[in-house]
Amino acid sequence: MVDTAYHIKSFCHIKNNTVSLNGSIIYQNETKGFPEFIKTAYKAVETNYPKFFKMDNLSKLAFLAADILLKNEDLDTEIDNNIAIIFSNRSSSLDTDRKYQESIQNKESYYPSPAVFVYTLPNICIGEISIKHKLYSENSFFIFDSFNAQHLFAYTSSLLLTNKANEVLCGWVEFDDKQYEAFLYLVSKEGTIKHTTKEITKLYQLKLN
Amino acid sequence: MDVFVSYNNIVSVLGFNTLSNIKNVSKGISGIKKHINKKVIKTPFYAAIIDTNELDDAFEKIGNIKKYTRLEKMMILSLNDVIQQSKVSLDKKTALIISTTKGNVDALDSESEFSKERAYLPELGKQIQHFFGFENEAIVVSNACVSGILSIAIAKRLIQSRVYENALIVSGDVVSEFILSGFNSFQAISEKPCKPFSKNRTGITIGEAAASVLVTSNKDFISDDAVKILGDSSCNDANHISGPSRTGEGLYRSMLAAFTEAKIQPNTIDYISAHGTATPFNDEMEAIAINRMELGNVPLNSLKGYYGHTLGASGLLETVIGMQSLFNNVLYTSLGFDELGVSQKVNVIKKNESKELTTFLKTASGFGGCNTAVLFKKNKELIKELVCQINH
Repeated sequence: MVDTAYHIKSFCHIKNNTVSLNGSIIYQNETKGFPEFIKTAYKAVETNYPKFFKMDNLSKLAFLAADILLKNEDLDTEIDNNIAIIFSNRSSSLDTDRKYQESIQNKESYYPSPAVFVYTLPNICIGEISIKHKLYSENSFFIFDSFNAQHLFAYTSSLLLTNKANEVLCGWVEFDDKQYEAFLYLVSKEGTIKHTTKEITKLYQLKLN
Repeated sequence: MDVFVSYNNIVSVLGFNTLSNIKNVSKGISGIKKHINKKVIKTPFYAAIIDTNELDDAFEKIGNIKKYTRLEKMMILSLNDVIQQSKVSLDKKTALIISTTKGNVDALDSESEFSKERAYLPELGKQIQHFFGFENEAIVVSNACVSGILSIAIAKRLIQSRVYENALIVSGDVVSEFILSGFNSFQAISEKPCKPFSKNRTGITIGEAAASVLVTSNKDFISDDAVKILGDSSCNDANHISGPSRTGEGLYRSMLAAFTEAKIQPNTIDYISAHGTATPFNDEMEAIAINRMELGNVPLNSLKGYYGHTLGASGLLETVIGMQSLFNNVLYTSLGFDELGVSQKVNVIKKNESKELTTFLKTASGFGGCNTAVLFKKNKELIKELVCQINH
């Protein structure tokens, strides 16, 4: 069951107005509020993708963290890159669900919008990442009360060991009532950090400096 | 390691157990009815909605009807049946998997009797976990409309990795103003009961249901109607977040990978339980993917004409019906179908037909570009054993 053939090749945190790659801060901005922060971070890391601006908060968060990791991979999108995407969080898409509910709550100001409704599913952010990086791979979104390293490890290992994926981009992307936190990591045969529950937990809790 | 889908239940507008559901399906009875709720949509709409009094009457026998939301009542009723039938213990060896797209999202409505906190999916997980006393925290899968069938793949993978020995899956979603208004804003709702794969199809009909199964590797927990999971895959279209791929790319890749794992030839399967939502784009995409896989002659149905689109429940509910199809050796009519309305051939089942059936393919597709395909085979060993028992 304990698999040491796989490693954590790279990891990214986005929280507390800070973006970090492999534990080193790559962008920081003590600005007010997530929308402004994520926009300036997007510009700073030079992710040129105009569709970014129509995404909801959760998708922007997940997309940017994933892009920072996958950009480093320099993927050739002409060939199949079998990188599975396994995400998790606590609040699903509730941030956008609330926005959508507001739009239908009062019959006097009733304006349900398909552009908002489509983001009322947590896995839409996986779709956004798959489109950008041409990933026709396994994907799944799990919901837990808190970060669950055991489950991510077990499920990721099962995909790798059965060759359903060559690499797995996994982690936690949470957005709820202005609180946000992304921790994504890429599991691969390459890398120096062993893919174990203990290491995943350690990286998740890493203090950034 | 062989993994089986075993004891099962459906709580739907067509009944509160698998047997009553399959009786109605075999008679061609649809649960879709006309509803008038001007709050939601100005014109009358069609949907498959469970009678609230019947639900409460059934739930009252096992729990307090005031304490649980509509979805929780449906899920608990459904899962309770499977736990009673299988007598599986709810210890560390048994995972609890819950699949849903929107959970208790109706708790966000200011008119809801429940607190807004109830809309968090881990809350739903805790309600189910604590009702039955599972040792494990619920694993909630929320992956759009493939959630129900994807949960079977997830259960099988975790069991094969020896993380668990069994998994109890409960899938469910309810008809809410949130869902109806959302699909209506997409102009995706049919004015008449949905007509999957038909020429005059104009969109989906929404439905609600809960379905449950036991997935297990333990031969002591195998039901008479159990099926073996031969192969499974879930691939993304990498194309669009709300529209299906024109080439059926993700679905085609999902089927291809499932067949590769199963090590069987596509033309050897007996039946396809399609997604068939009855939107113009979805059914066309499925027909393209099915033909790329050279499955155009395999008998196929969509069960949306009986249940509507039950979202996160649909994949699991339709798997349970597929299991009954194999067990009873009957191909069930694809209700609502008249004239083929997709550009490539699909062999839609026009009337019930008795036929020896061994294997079937279940597929689903959803928003976010997700697709899942799982192959199942009748548990023949067991059938031989039963025949031996009867003969002796």
